[in-house]
Parts: sequence; structure tokens; C-alpha cells
Amino acid sequence: MDPAQFLTAPRVTIVAGKGGVGKTTVSAALGLAASRCGLRALIIDVEGKSGLPVLFGRSQLEYDELVLVPADPDKGWGELRARTLSADAALVEYLREHGMQRISARLASSGALDMVATATPGIKDVLVLGKVKQIERSGVADVIILDGHAAGHAITFLKSAAGLLDAVRVGPIQTQAREVQDLLTDASRCQVVLVTLPEETPVNELVETAFSLEDDIGIKLGPVVVNGLYPILDGLKIDPQAAADEIGASLRPGEADQMRAAAGFRLARTELQIGQVARLGRELPLGQLHLPFLFNSDLRRTDLDLLADTLLEAIADLPAVDIGGAPS
Amino acid sequence: MKRATSPKSVSPLSQLVSESGVIVCCGSGGVGKTTTAAVIAIEAARTGRRAVVVTIDPAKRLADALGLAGLTNTPSKIDGDWPGELSALMLDTEGTFDGLVAKYAGSEEQAEKILANRFYRNIAGAMSGTQEYMATEKLYELSTEADFDLIVVDTPPTRNALDFLEAPGRLARFLDHRLYRLITAPTRGLVKAVNLAAQTFLRTVAKVVGGEVIADAIAFFAAFEGMEEGFKLRARLVERLLAADDTAFVLVASPKGDTVAEAKFFARKLADSSLIVKAVVVNRMHPHFGDGSPLADRKRAETFAGTALGDHYTALADLRQIAQEEAAHLEHLTGSVPNAPLVGVPLLPFEVHDMASLLALGDHLFGRAAPA
Repeated sequence: MDPAQFLTAPRVTIVAGKGGVGKTTVSAALGLAASRCGLRALIIDVEGKSGLPVLFGRSQLEYDELVLVPADPDKGWGELRARTLSADAALVEYLREHGMQRISARLASSGALDMVATATPGIKDVLVLGKVKQIERSGVADVIILDGHAAGHAITFLKSAAGLLDAVRVGPIQTQAREVQDLLTDASRCQVVLVTLPEETPVNELVETAFSLEDDIGIKLGPVVVNGLYPILDGLKIDPQAAADEIGASLRPGEADQMRAAAGFRLARTELQIGQVARLGRELPLGQLHLPFLFNSDLRRTDLDLLADTLLEAIADLPAVDIGGAPS
Repeated sequence: MKRATSPKSVSPLSQLVSESGVIVCCGSGGVGKTTTAAVIAIEAARTGRRAVVVTIDPAKRLADALGLAGLTNTPSKIDGDWPGELSALMLDTEGTFDGLVAKYAGSEEQAEKILANRFYRNIAGAMSGTQEYMATEKLYELSTEADFDLIVVDTPPTRNALDFLEAPGRLARFLDHRLYRLITAPTRGLVKAVNLAAQTFLRTVAKVVGGEVIADAIAFFAAFEGMEEGFKLRARLVERLLAADDTAFVLVASPKGDTVAEAKFFARKLADSSLIVKAVVVNRMHPHFGDGSPLADRKRAETFAGTALGDHYTALADLRQIAQEEAAHLEHLTGSVPNAPLVGVPLLPFEVHDMASLLALGDHLFGRAAPA
């Protein structure tokens, strides 16, 4: 399917997955991919501790938007921006908009905000999503990518509006919750992209989360991203000594053993990964976008470019689907 | 480049397992805290100690491996071929909190009133920090009321590893009535200005979420009156337990740049609270395949591109490159926790989710396995 359509047809893409699977990396790669399509993309970090800005030579994200990659008309690239949207900030902003002059330091330190959040579970999540909705409506970005919560919390986060609608029946917060619920359940405005590693536990959690999101919230699930796949090297199945002999190359002392050990390790991990990817496909009828393991322990900007390109190709390879759930 | 960890016959962790009364496994999400905690408790049982592991939200297959079907407030024993004893429990946050309320309530009526209050149910069920608070509470309860040689605690998968240390205090302060006094204080005298701010705040909140929500909160604080001293005392006792000589913090990390950075930050914060990291476990290290240069391998891979030998050089270059980078991260980490031994656990060619694989992981963690 057309990557630009994939990224804009629902304008909001929420990226979620278990801790450590690479949500931020995938969010950044999606953002870059959108920029490559000439779109204005905004990455929103809800946890406020993203390593994202460092990859673009910036120190820290803030509540105000920051340009990560400027637009490049020559290349036809759009601007990539990022900001944080923390729950406390969203709550304070909301109260201010509803008559609160300011929250005194003393009141804040005595737990006043905690009290509001505790008295109304889900209010912070609804306000964060409400802010996302406002950004979506304002049209300041063609693509909004929400670098979301770890899987367990993602469900709570996305269920917050439904829960709040049950608990609060009147008033502005009820309106807010309904509007958020409208956004989440509208496949033409919002989708969730779940991220996993090709391993047993993350795959299990992803499948569980996917069913919960679909059944309990009715949110549209986009393709899942399988991150960290070892690229397949077919030659590893041939013994290194035989491989060298075949082309008349000579190996250094000990090298054949090292190669044998490395090939054995890589083939074993690859086999586990292929098994998990196949299982994921059987248990979850969603498209898959595969990202390679990069053999760097730190992501670099060049790696992100590579991942963005890989995503664009993988999205292009997805079967074209209609938007909105009706058969095409 | 030197290897960051050299295989030793006895792992430095073994001493911790034999000497500690409490081991707290901490670190950022997704680094293998729960698995590490389970393996440490199993090791204690294997060396003849009576151990219990407190897990928080374990993956289903790990819970199955530990015989945990659901939330349990009391440890259940796991049979196994070891001279000691192994028990496990899955933290029941709400149940633990309810127990604490029952313990410190002046009367049964007071306890019932609190337990039935909607605001309290929200605190026990959903308030951020409650899980961390109850994990330390459960730890304290087991250390004083149960008869174990070693208690191993997993910590919640917080977005920030520090929450485990800070949340109990924050929640204790929240319960400490300062807010309640502010919002119910008289409207005269010195407190008037503060009180006006509080009243404006309450009016706004009531307008936004409804007045009954505020009423619930005020009813809760009124019912809680008199119990905060008990809670404060308890919090101090927990703090003392965490700072005890035979309590060991084990920092769990993975060899990626961002989790290593967080581990270093966490170690520093622990030190600020006079808590000492006694060991660092780095999970999922890529194994080491000889000392060759990945750059040279990469060049040969290009020379032999398109052949099986080219693939072999690529595999060697890839794995040597990541092993070198991971080793460099570990060196940084060692520098920031100078006195804690660091144990690298290799990325295994199998998944760890049943007792057999936990035992095999234990062989790596405790230095019995052949180096990968």
C-alpha cells in the first residue's frame, strides 16, 4: 500500500509494545518515513524520557515542539518535529483552561494533582489523548505519531476514556472523554501499531494486547512491527572451511572455528526468530513490518535512516487495504 | 579489546546469595528483572537456603514455571530437586494495601469505612506508585512475619527505575493529611491565603469532574484520620530494612546504550539514598567469537561478497562489532558502580520460560556454565 496513505489515512498512529522492544526507535523511523514522503510529521512522547532527541543532535524534548529534521524542498522531504505530552502537564493545562488561575507550589506539593488523578482514575490519560485530538484537529501536522506506553499500560491508557464515560456522566470532562473515544474508535482517524521482538514473551504479550485493544476498545490495529530480526545469511549453512576451499581462499589460524561458532549461534537465534514470526502470523491475522537487528548497541542517525527506508519498503509491500473497515 | 567479564569458577553473585537476607532486583523495563529474581531465589534453594521470590506481573509462562496461577498474598512452595526451599508469590497490590489498612485502623468500623470508600479503592487499585509501595510493604511483612533465609524482590516495570524508591515516600506524604488540612482549614487567619487557593482549586475540580468526587476524597481523608502515624512508622521501618547491611540491591540491565545509561543513573540515585548496589547483572550479552577486528572482517566480507565465505565474514563482523560495543558499555557501567561485581549473562540460544531453562540460566549467572 502507499506509505503516504498508510501514514495519513488515519492521521494518528499510536506505537505501543512491551518495554525494551524499541517503541521509540519505531516511532522515530515512522516519523522519518513520513518526512521522506513529504509529510509534516510530529512525534509525541508521552513518557517524557525519550532518547529520541539525542539521535537528532538535540538534548531534550520539551512540551513545546522541537524541529528534529527541517523540511528539505529539494529532496521533497517534510519537516519532522517532536514534543512531550506528559500527563501532569496535560492536567494542569486543562485545569487552567477551566478557571484555575494557577496551582500554587504548596498545593501542588501537597498532592492536589495526585488527588484529582486518584479521584478520577483515567483523567490524566483522557487529557493526554484529548490534547492529541486537539493537535489532530488543528492540522499542524499531517502525521501524528504517539510514542506510547508499555503494553500493559497501553491498554489502561487507551481504555481510560471508556472508563471515564462510565464514571463521569456530565460536565466538560465527560465531553472530553466522548471526543477521545470517538477518535480512538474511528479507523479513519487513529490506528495502533504494536511493536515486538521476535521472541516468545514479547510475542505472547503482543497477541494478548492486540486482542484486548480490538475487543475492549474497538481501536483499529495497523500492521505489527517485528523489530530486531537477524538478516538471513544463507551461506552460513555451509561449513566455513568448505566455503573457503570452494573459492580457493585461505583462512587464518583458528578462524574456521570462530566462524563455525558464530554461524552456529546466528543460525540458532535466526531459527528461533523465524519460528516466533511464523507463530505471530498464525495467532494474529495482521500484516507484519519487519525491521532488521542492527548489530550496534547504540542507534545512530544513519541507522534510523536505514530503518525508515526499510519501513517505507515494507509498507509499500503490504496489500492495499481500504480505510474504515468496509470491504473494498 | 579485553572481555568485560572473565568466566570465573565462582560467581561473585554466589556470595550475595549465601549472605544476604534481602535481594532487591531493580532496573528499567524489559531487561529481565523478574527472570533474574527467580533465578537468584532458585540458586538460594539449590544451596540449601529457604528462599522466597516476590514477583510483580511476571510473564505468563514464567508464572507457570513458578507454579503461580494468579495473584497470591501468601507464598506458595515450589517443589524441586534442591536441598533448600523455594517459594514464590505474585504481588497482590490491592490485597496488600487492604491488609495494611486493617492493621492500622483503630477499629473495625474505621477499616470498613476506608475499604468501602471509592477514593480509597482508586488509591489501592490504580494510583501510580501504589504497586511500588506495596512491593516494599510485602517485603517488610515477609521479613518480619515469615521465616525465610532470603527474600528476593522483583520491582515493578516503571518507566523510571527510580519510582521504586520514591513512590512509597510520595504515597506516604499523600496520605499524610497535608492536603486534607489545606482543603478543610478555616477560612480565617494566616492560612486564609492558602486556603483560598485550595478552595479555587476544589471549585475548578468539582466543576470539571463533579462534586461527589471531591466529597469521596474528603470522606476518605476524614476516615483515615489517626492512621497516618502508623503508616509513617511503617515507612521508616521499611526504609531501615532497605538500608540494612544484609540487604543487597542488584542492578539488572541489558547491554544497550540507553539501559546502561539508566542503570548508571539509578546506581547514582541509590547511592544518594545511602543504598549500595552490590552486584550488576547484564543480561542478553552477545557472545564473543575471538578477538578479530570487525572492520577487517567487514572488508573480507566485501571481498568475498556473494559467496558462502562472504556470509561467514559478515556474521563474524556483525557479532564481533556488537560484542565489542556491549563490552565498552559494560566498562562504563563498571566505572560508575566501582565496588559491585558485574556479571554478564550471554544471550542464550533458547528462551527462558520454564524451570529447566531457569536452571540453565542459573548456571550462567553463577559461573557454572562453559563460556558461550
